[in-house]
Amino acid sequence: MNYYIDNPVLKHYLSHPLLRRIVEMRERGFAEAEKYDYAPVDFEEAVAGYEQVLTLVGELCAEIVAPNAAEVDHTGPVLENGRVKYAPATDENMEMFRKAGLMGISIPRCYGGLNFPTSVFIMLEDLVARADAGFGNLWGLQECAETINAFGNDDQRSRFLPRIAAGETMSMDLTEPDAGSDLQSVQLKATFNEADGRWYLNGVKRFITNGDADIHLVLARSEEGSSDGRGLSLFIYDKRNGGVHTRRIEEKMGIHGSPTCELVYNNAPAELCGSRKMGLIKYVMALMNSARLGIATQSVGLSEAAYREARSYAADRKQFGRAIENFAPVYEMLGEMKARLDASRSLLYETARNVDITACFDELARERTLTPEERQEAKAFSRVADALTPIVKGIGSEICNRNTYDSIQVHGGSGYMKDYACERLYRDARITSIYEGTTQLQVVAAIRYATNGFYATLLDEYLAREVSPAMAPIRERIAKMVTLYRASVERAQSFGCSDTNDFLSRRIYEMASYSIMAALLMLDASANEELFAASARSFTAMAEGIVASHATFIENYTPELLNDYRK
Amino acid sequence: MELNIIVLAKQVPDTRNVGSQAMNPDGTINRSALPAIFNPEDLNALEQALIIKEKNPGSRITLLTMGPARAADILREGLYRGADAGILLTDRAFAGADTLATSYALTSAIRKIGKFDIILCGRQAIDGDTAQVGPQVAQQLNLPQVTYTRRIVDFDGEKITIERSIENGVEVVEAPLPLLLTVDGAAAPCRPRNAYRLLRFQRAATPSEQAADGYRYAEKAAADSNLTLQEWNLAFVGGDASRCGLSGSPTKVKKVDNVIFQAKESKRFTADDEQIKELVAELLANHTIG
Repeated sequence: MNYYIDNPVLKHYLSHPLLRRIVEMRERGFAEAEKYDYAPVDFEEAVAGYEQVLTLVGELCAEIVAPNAAEVDHTGPVLENGRVKYAPATDENMEMFRKAGLMGISIPRCYGGLNFPTSVFIMLEDLVARADAGFGNLWGLQECAETINAFGNDDQRSRFLPRIAAGETMSMDLTEPDAGSDLQSVQLKATFNEADGRWYLNGVKRFITNGDADIHLVLARSEEGSSDGRGLSLFIYDKRNGGVHTRRIEEKMGIHGSPTCELVYNNAPAELCGSRKMGLIKYVMALMNSARLGIATQSVGLSEAAYREARSYAADRKQFGRAIENFAPVYEMLGEMKARLDASRSLLYETARNVDITACFDELARERTLTPEERQEAKAFSRVADALTPIVKGIGSEICNRNTYDSIQVHGGSGYMKDYACERLYRDARITSIYEGTTQLQVVAAIRYATNGFYATLLDEYLAREVSPAMAPIRERIAKMVTLYRASVERAQSFGCSDTNDFLSRRIYEMASYSIMAALLMLDASANEELFAASARSFTAMAEGIVASHATFIENYTPELLNDYRK
Repeated sequence: MELNIIVLAKQVPDTRNVGSQAMNPDGTINRSALPAIFNPEDLNALEQALIIKEKNPGSRITLLTMGPARAADILREGLYRGADAGILLTDRAFAGADTLATSYALTSAIRKIGKFDIILCGRQAIDGDTAQVGPQVAQQLNLPQVTYTRRIVDFDGEKITIERSIENGVEVVEAPLPLLLTVDGAAAPCRPRNAYRLLRFQRAATPSEQAADGYRYAEKAAADSNLTLQEWNLAFVGGDASRCGLSGSPTKVKKVDNVIFQAKESKRFTADDEQIKELVAELLANHTIG
């Protein structure tokens, strides 16, 4: 079994035209081929290499990580003397990924990494999440290295990045008991000791994924007397220096393989990453965007697993003398699961490509001044990335929850038992719409792109692209959805009432999201009818219903309605 | 201590994933319907070689396989997992070889390699299940051999201590170098392919592959000899053609029957002479052998 080879959809995204530009920018004329024996000489070789590594990870996921998932779910990590001990099967997974050289996927080669673009890292994470979402967290946290790479200094890059590429694990220590969604209230105290010129951390962090990691990124209050986000800085804590212990591992509903820790900092030495006071407002914002893309990927991987479990059960299970997949209520669920899965993945890779190019321009800008054209282009890509990230995280995770729910439904009573994987997937999925910003917060992050017309413009741009003849009618239908969407945005704004805007924002967000996903799936189906046309049609049909229902709600809405909702 | 290690490997049809097309109507294997893989126990052997290399830095692992051109795939697979070099022994003259002719050809190639301290191979291949090639190579090279290796316990620079599987348990033996070990499936599984090595050695190719259309890394291969897999033929290794391939194979296939395994009754024998004699007598009596 191989999770890459059995899923041709992934290869489709590897052949996207924009990927060539991403790889060429990232590889800078393939100059590193002279210096590193594993660096590609051209685009074709780079892609052949991605495929080799995808095939490797697809095999490890199918043969080791997925078969271990049930046991990891059962055993979970334990706390021993302030240290986290992973479940033995988690250790096996980790060991395998270390030996396979998969711990520094996007770290630059000069620091021992593979220098893969985000789009490819996301594909690998897609495979890992399908096998075991909890392990996906531990492995995926290597992406925190990007924060050190982007905002740390040369000395920090050369000390930490090679260790991460060699397999040391990471965590991002942000949340505290009184600072969850509201990170501005972080209290963990960072004090600069003039005598030895070092920073020391004191306080408590809570709900920290993989909290006993080797290398931590820590958000702490460095400015005494401050109370908002501008008093926070980002620090790197190295476990080798001691000073942090794990007080507790949370007992969770799902993702048991991923330890969620309460950490106590007791004069823990740490070093500043980047500039003081920029911790939350710049670095954590960047870190969060990358983490949100990670959760979106985890959601897609889980959706895939849920769909496959349901599909295979429905093909095997016979009732009334026929496999249940032949009954309309069952194939309706299966078809919708597949459509939602494909739509969320289509959006995921579109987001990843925009994130990728943005990162390439950022990297270039660190080296030389960008030309005005480059600056303009960079800004356009980064805007799309910023606008799509809260959609793919929010809607992607809601879809994942829905798909795991339906997966159990297809299994009937058996799905409620612990005998089938779908119940674990359901529990694992539940966190995706909560951590790294709840869906409600994603709406808040996204809504400005609705009110300033950006989503509508983006939709116009997608609909202006060439589509295959088979997709032309779909384009017409999506255009109608966009008209409804525009009218709803206008109506919501017409009241000039901020409570109304807040109240209707979730519906506006969903209208934009479903229209965008339908458009992207339409474009994928234009490029590959066999893989996507069915999903493009069925997803458009579903999206039309959702958009129309929200449009009706907003059409009939008046501000008095708020009183019926409020207590 | 820097050791020269040779791992013998075979490309085999993946008989673990047999579909309906796996057998030809005449009862032979339909090789085109089965994916070709690295023989599983040869991977166990490669892992043992890699463990020895880790403990003896500077050691060199050479993978040797006999087969058609496409067997170069398992040489690359070996490089991806940590082997240092690969040799493909390939010649029409080797075709149709039984275990004796195979071990003769491999022995000729090993003599050509010249220096070695340890030869490792899987206990048996999943397509033939004979478990003869390893022991025959040891015999032809006049080397000590330890079969059914499960784990190399220790190597002190002179002698090697080996844990081997026996019925109902394990046995620990010591042996001098050079020697040949056959490794069984109870040994540690092989480590995975490594991403960095994959990216580097996806360019590795035999001279024939490098000469073919579509090979894109001629420049790289010219600069890095590790990217060229050796391709040796009979003339190069200097073997006797009459001892190779069909002509060198005393095994003749008389006929092939499809059998359906049905365990109706079973009998256990211990390894003492009396019981073995009884078994041989019984097998002769029911014409299973003889």
